[in-house]
Amino acid sequence: MNRRHFLATLAALPLSRAVAQSTPQSAGQSTGQSAARSVAQSAVPLKAHVFGQLPAPGRIRRVFAAGPPAAVLAHVLAPDRLLGWPMQVPPEARAFLAPQVRDCPFLGRLSGRGSTIPLEKLLALEPDLILDTGTVDAATLSSAENVHERTGLPYVLIPGRLSDSPWQLAETGRLLGAPERGAELAREAERLLAEARGAGRRGGARAPRVYVARGPDGLETVMAGSLNAESLDLAGGENVATGPGGGVARVSFEQVAAWAPEVVITQDASFFAWARQDSLWQKLPALRAGRFHLAPSLPFGWLDGPPGVNRLVGLPWLVSRLHGAPVGEDGPGRVRSFHLKFYGFAPERPAFERLLAGS
Amino acid sequence: MPRWPWLLLAALLALAVLGGLAAGPIPLSPVRLLRTLLAGPSAEGQAAMVVWSLRLPRLAVGLLVGAALSAAGTAYQAMFRNPLVSPDILGVSAGAGMGASLAILFGLPMLGVQAAAFTGGLASVGLVTLVARWVRRHDPVLVLVLAGIAVGTLFSAGISLAKVLADPTVQLPSITFWLLGGLSAATTGDLGRAAPLVAAGLVPMFLLRHRVDLLTLADEEAASLGENVARLRTTLILAATLMTAASVAIAGIVGWVGLVVPHAARLLVGPRFARSLPAAVLLGAAFVAIADTLARSAATIELPLGVLTALVGAPAFLWLLARGGRSACCGSKRAA
Repeated sequence: MNRRHFLATLAALPLSRAVAQSTPQSAGQSTGQSAARSVAQSAVPLKAHVFGQLPAPGRIRRVFAAGPPAAVLAHVLAPDRLLGWPMQVPPEARAFLAPQVRDCPFLGRLSGRGSTIPLEKLLALEPDLILDTGTVDAATLSSAENVHERTGLPYVLIPGRLSDSPWQLAETGRLLGAPERGAELAREAERLLAEARGAGRRGGARAPRVYVARGPDGLETVMAGSLNAESLDLAGGENVATGPGGGVARVSFEQVAAWAPEVVITQDASFFAWARQDSLWQKLPALRAGRFHLAPSLPFGWLDGPPGVNRLVGLPWLVSRLHGAPVGEDGPGRVRSFHLKFYGFAPERPAFERLLAGS
Repeated sequence: MPRWPWLLLAALLALAVLGGLAAGPIPLSPVRLLRTLLAGPSAEGQAAMVVWSLRLPRLAVGLLVGAALSAAGTAYQAMFRNPLVSPDILGVSAGAGMGASLAILFGLPMLGVQAAAFTGGLASVGLVTLVARWVRRHDPVLVLVLAGIAVGTLFSAGISLAKVLADPTVQLPSITFWLLGGLSAATTGDLGRAAPLVAAGLVPMFLLRHRVDLLTLADEEAASLGENVARLRTTLILAATLMTAASVAIAGIVGWVGLVVPHAARLLVGPRFARSLPAAVLLGAAFVAIADTLARSAATIELPLGVLTALVGAPAFLWLLARGGRSACCGSKRAA
């Protein structure tokens, strides 16, 4: 083999590397899979995992949120203590946020090797504690411990299932020194959950079969039992996507047609607009029957993205879309009052009418 | 030259087409399938939708992507005088991947993602050929290869950056699925957009088929036979890039096809480009169509096409590596 042949052989390698790299990188999927496991282990007692010594609740002034769900949690409980957002908050979402958090900077997130904030920058922010919420398993616990050991900052990890949100709000409120606010929001969360469960049960003998369309082409979905599909389970819908794997998976359109869902929901506005005029999607009975709904995603997703307490607002909406029954007062008014209660701010009513248009 | 390899390829292709039409989560009996096919695309009902709107377009896109990647791989392997070269040696997949990742990051609709992927693929190869034109002190093939590695790595870094910046619950899975490759979203629209581009690459390649073997000679030798080597090489790069970028834009990164299929085709019909090109086109089309049929019907969820092709391709690659040196087998200098 001469030099040229050798180099050309070398040149063939980037492809193999690219494929090898892209295979295990399904970070979203693996998170979802561990989420599916955690859903299965629902009997585990609820407990905040604390690494390090927490300051007295009254002395917590600066909270760093490790990821988007934690940021939403800290924001609803103690907006003045949130140091910044771990995710990019687009301008249209900021318009729905209270002035004191609207201009909070983007800081980056902490999630093991996927972290986007350097630990030095984290130290420079001088937080009193790091708040994290989501899946609790060996990986997230060891990652939390690692950050605590390297920075000396107290780290709190709160289990993040939607059905446990009353407990999350009360417990985190207590830890952050806002117990009354925590208790008040916990009661409200309890009410929303109970309402959703009750309506789900009343909805009839059989739960409607639902397909959750994600991604720009609508052919990504959340598998039954995963953390991302929690809202659907709570609202009494039957997720059609069952099978191997958990979290997010890709499916074929023929599989969607074979499942024959009665309702299709999505949170992707561009997919929603496209599918409404696409001849293929229009062949699905659910779409022909007008049972295709777009969940709003401002300021945070109603179904997912992030999987935090922001999903509570989506529950009554989902119940009404699944079971056809109107839930209490009018939509925009109800959503606005949720915003006032949880986010401490709400734009005028027309903004909510626009938000709900098409949903 | 025996006729059996061509009969074998035709049989394989027929098998791929029949399998692709018959398999799927919605059961259709052979009689019903035949009746639906005869009734034409305008018929009503679920069977017509499944056959005419889902399986046929997807099958056709699979055949097209397989043919395009294999043809591009055959051309590159002849041009770089090496059987271990793949269509993205000049960074087209990495460029397309970065275009698609950015488009998903910015929330563009599906057509936007496709357009960005196609543009990214062209941009990457464009950059490589510019560098090759600019650096004139070394062997042009060597410069192309090395520039391809560098530019490919640069665009891969862009993909990683897009992944880090993406929303981890919503956008990151989309980017990951795109990079894994797959035809689950394939439509007749995709076919209509990609087929002319693939044809625009395949036709010149076919017309030049007898001259491509000259590239296996040293540049000076080929020039002494009256061949404008630089122009021929540029034409081939342009043709292969168009085909690959169009395939990657609609199917994502489907690895190993363009690397392994040309080699298998040469084993069947011999090293001459004029023969190995059509053989690779047939074999590649059948290979991707069969792999995609498995991808969509083996489980309720889609198995990534790129993973299935890698499962076949990687062992084949290792086998090639092991038997290495003994035959360069792409119309090597010794053969010519």
